[in-house]
Amino acid sequence: MTTQPDIEQTLSAMAAGLRDTLAARGIGNPCMVGIHTGGVWVARRLHALLGLDEPLGTLDISFYRDDFSRIGVHPQVKPSNLPFDVEGRHIVLVDDVLYTGRTIRAALNEIFDYGRPASVMLAVLVERGGRELPIQADVAGLQMDLEADQQVKLTGPDNLALTIQSHAE
Amino acid sequence: MPNNIQLDSNGNLRHFLTVEGLKRQTLTEILDLAESFITVDAQSVKKVPLLRGKTIANLFFEASTRTRTTFELAAKRLSADVLNINIQTSATTKGESLLDMLHNLEAMHCDMFVVRHADSGAAHFIARHVAPHVSVVNAGDGRHAHPTQGMLDMFTIRRHKGPDFGRLRVAIVGDIMHSRVARSQIHALNILGVGELRAIAPKTLVPPEAEALGVHVFHDMARGLKDVDVVIMLRLQRERMQGALIPSGSEFFQLYGLSADTLALAKPDAIVMHPGPINRGIEIDSAVADGGQSVILEQVSNGIAVRMAVMSMCLGRAPEAAGEGS
Repeated sequence: MTTQPDIEQTLSAMAAGLRDTLAARGIGNPCMVGIHTGGVWVARRLHALLGLDEPLGTLDISFYRDDFSRIGVHPQVKPSNLPFDVEGRHIVLVDDVLYTGRTIRAALNEIFDYGRPASVMLAVLVERGGRELPIQADVAGLQMDLEADQQVKLTGPDNLALTIQSHAE
Repeated sequence: MPNNIQLDSNGNLRHFLTVEGLKRQTLTEILDLAESFITVDAQSVKKVPLLRGKTIANLFFEASTRTRTTFELAAKRLSADVLNINIQTSATTKGESLLDMLHNLEAMHCDMFVVRHADSGAAHFIARHVAPHVSVVNAGDGRHAHPTQGMLDMFTIRRHKGPDFGRLRVAIVGDIMHSRVARSQIHALNILGVGELRAIAPKTLVPPEAEALGVHVFHDMARGLKDVDVVIMLRLQRERMQGALIPSGSEFFQLYGLSADTLALAKPDAIVMHPGPINRGIEIDSAVADGGQSVILEQVSNGIAVRMAVMSMCLGRAPEAAGEGS
C-alpha cells in the first residue's frame, strides 16, 4: 500500500494548473461542471480555489451510460443541474478518476444536449492507464499505475481521501 | 402471489400492471427516478439516450388522449421508437385474435407494450402471454388499475408535501366505484404509509371493499374535508354507470362538488388534484380547477417523468439470474 497522497496539496496544484491553462487559452469566465459523485466534491474545491463567478454545475451521467442494457438504470440517480446557459460557454469538466474514458464520453454527450459549448476541457484528480476511448485530461492531479483488478475510490465530501481496493478473488 | 408476474427473478420490475402488492422500496425508487427525469425538461435537447434502439408499442383499445400522449412523449424523451397502434382500424376488426396481433408485434421486435383496455385484467392477460423479452405497462384496465396515474399522483403529492406520507391526510372525492385511478391511488397511499385516507362519496359510488382497504368513508363534504392536506377529485364516469346511481349532475355538484366554499373546509394549504378529464361544474368548479391550490396541470407534466421512470426500470433490467452486475 502506497502512502496516502496529500489531497489538499494536489488540489492546489490542480487549481494552479487550471489557472495557467485557462490563461493560455484566453478564457476569462469559465463554467465548471462536476460529475456525480466524487467529481462534484473535487469541483466544489476547485471552484472555490479559483474563485469562479458562475455557480457550479453538476452532472449525473446515469442516463447517458453505454452499459444500460447490461446493468439497468442506477436506482440513486441524482438530478443534473447546469445553472447557466451552456451555449457558447467554455466548460471545465471535473471528475475524480479518469480510467476507461467512458464516463467522460457520456458527460460530453449530456452537456451537448444542453447546448453547444465553445470548448470543454477536462480536469481530474487521478489519472490512471486503461483508456478505451481517445480521451485525455488537460489537468491531472495525480498519476497512478494500477492493475486492472484494482479500483481507486474517492471518499468525501469532507476530508477527501483516496482508497485503493483490490478485487482479485 | 398473483402479482409476482410483475417482478423478475431478481425482484426488479419486469411489467408494471398494478401498484397492489409492490414494496414501498419499489414505489420510492419510481418516485426518486422520476425526480431525476424532471431535469430533462431543462435541456435544450429534451431527450436522454437511455432507451435508444428500443421499440415501444402503444396499444390503446380504449380512447385516451392525455395518457397516450404522455406515454408517447415519455418514450420519445428516452429515445425509444414509438408505434401507436390504432386498434379501431387494425386487423383485430378483421377477425385477427388479440394474441395473433401481439405475436406479430413481437416478431417486429417490440420491447414494450403499453396497454389501455376497457376490460379489467387485460394487461395481466397480455403480460402472461408475451415473449420473455417483452415488458407490459398497464395504462388503465377497466375498473381495475391505472398504476402510472396512481404513481404520478404520489409524485405530485410528494413534491408538494414532502416525502413523509405518514403526516398526511388525503381525501378522495366522488365516483370511487368506477375509478381504476382511485384503486391505484388507495393501494399506493397505503404502501407509502399515508396518515389517514378518506373517501367522500354517496353510498352508491363507494365500492364495498373500501373499508377493508383502510379507507375512512364519509358521505358529506363538511366532515370529510376537515383538516385534509390533499383533495383528490375524480371524474364522474357516467359512461360506466348502469342505472340511477346519482340523481343529476347539478344535484351531485351541490352535495359532492368542489367549489371555493367547500375547499375552504380543508387545510388552507391543501392541494387540489384531478386525474382529468375534468367535468367543470359537475365535480369541480372552474374557479377551483384553475385556482391557486390546483395542481392539475402539474399532474400532467409529472406524468411524463413518472412514465419515463417506469419504462426505464422495466426495460433496464439486469439479465435474469446474472448475479452481481459489473
